[in-house]
Amino acid sequence: MAGGRERVLRRRIGSVQNTKKITRAMELIAATRVVKAQQRARAARPYAEQITAVIENLAAGGAEVDHPLLRRAEKVERVGVIVISSDRGLAGPYNSSVIKAAERQVQNARSEGADYSLIVIGKKARDYFGFRKYAIESFTMGISDNPTYEDARRIADEVSAMFSEGRIDRVELAYTEFISLGSQKVATRRFLPLESTETIATEGSGDADLSGAFEFEPSPEAVLESLLPRYVEARLFGALLDSAASEHASRQRAMKAATDNAEELITKLSREMNQARQDAITTEIMEIVSGAEALGSDNEPEEPAPVGAEH
Amino acid sequence: MTFQIELVSPEAITYQGEADMVITRTVGGGDIAFQPGHVPFIGVLSVWSVDVVRPDGGRDTFAVHRGFVQVAGTKISILSDVSEAAGDIDVERARVAKAGAESALSADKDDVEAVGALARADVRLTVAGAEG
Repeated sequence: MAGGRERVLRRRIGSVQNTKKITRAMELIAATRVVKAQQRARAARPYAEQITAVIENLAAGGAEVDHPLLRRAEKVERVGVIVISSDRGLAGPYNSSVIKAAERQVQNARSEGADYSLIVIGKKARDYFGFRKYAIESFTMGISDNPTYEDARRIADEVSAMFSEGRIDRVELAYTEFISLGSQKVATRRFLPLESTETIATEGSGDADLSGAFEFEPSPEAVLESLLPRYVEARLFGALLDSAASEHASRQRAMKAATDNAEELITKLSREMNQARQDAITTEIMEIVSGAEALGSDNEPEEPAPVGAEH
Repeated sequence: MTFQIELVSPEAITYQGEADMVITRTVGGGDIAFQPGHVPFIGVLSVWSVDVVRPDGGRDTFAVHRGFVQVAGTKISILSDVSEAAGDIDVERARVAKAGAESALSADKDDVEAVGALARADVRLTVAGAEG
């Protein structure tokens, strides 16, 4: 029966329309969140810059200490891999690309003959690694789309402790760098051991005031000692904020594509449906006409029924 | 001549302004006051207050819990995880925290966390002007 096809199409259009409403709503939400996340990332920058500036000044002052966070292991036996993913999906390739980067680090560690410890942030990475039977050392969720400094500090302290105690000899950080609204890039950075203060200084923003020799209290070494953990925290916090902004930007883009797709699909299906309806009408008219003709030929075989060529 | 002072927390710049003098306390160095023209200085802050004397004579007081102070030229930056303006402090909460820390200390004199908590609560109360 021809009307059945039309009904099926009508139902599909209805469901695509509902999907479109959802994706549109998600797109709008992501759009407002990405702006907020960007602002937070920007607001957090002065702290990171100033901490780097202090390290620059310390390096210029010649402070170099034997801090556990600077320890370089002679033989790397275990590599820590921090991966920052999101808790929720529907964000395009955001999660899969950062997870791939982290998996590559794990494989690198293995090919060097070292063991690995996964420090996982976000449900998606846990699902991925959990499903593939990777050992997950630590897992945090519920922070990736709006991270606070407290979260960053907790994780950074945990990782620093593992590193200081020698349970891991190197830490890699896989996250998504937020370059602009239209462009985000997966980045893998050496997280620990820290570069020597001199290297941090030369890579720094360069806004340190090197004009005078600084006085340090209690001593350059003591300042550095309490500074380095803060530096580690600030770096992780920066990575978390970047990842959050990237997540929302990716989601916005994915949802925009989905909405556009739904629109296209609706147009296509509507056309198909209209055609099906037209076909059904035509068939019906044909049936009526031929029925009338058959009846007419029974009684008076004169003119055919005056039906317009309707379609 | 005045200072440019900035209180920077990891999440944002929490205070920005001009200052005639800034008074605080560093680890191992005791109280220290900075006036414009101070030699370049980097210090580790104690759990203590930061007093900013504004050019108009008023004072802004903050409670800071660990952090750094950097003085360079006419710019002074205070980097701290926690810096609270006197008006933002929850006195009730600080009192509760203080009582909690004191009772923890009376049970175990070497409870490092309680010592820290007590110091923070004390500073909060002092800064808020509600002596414990």
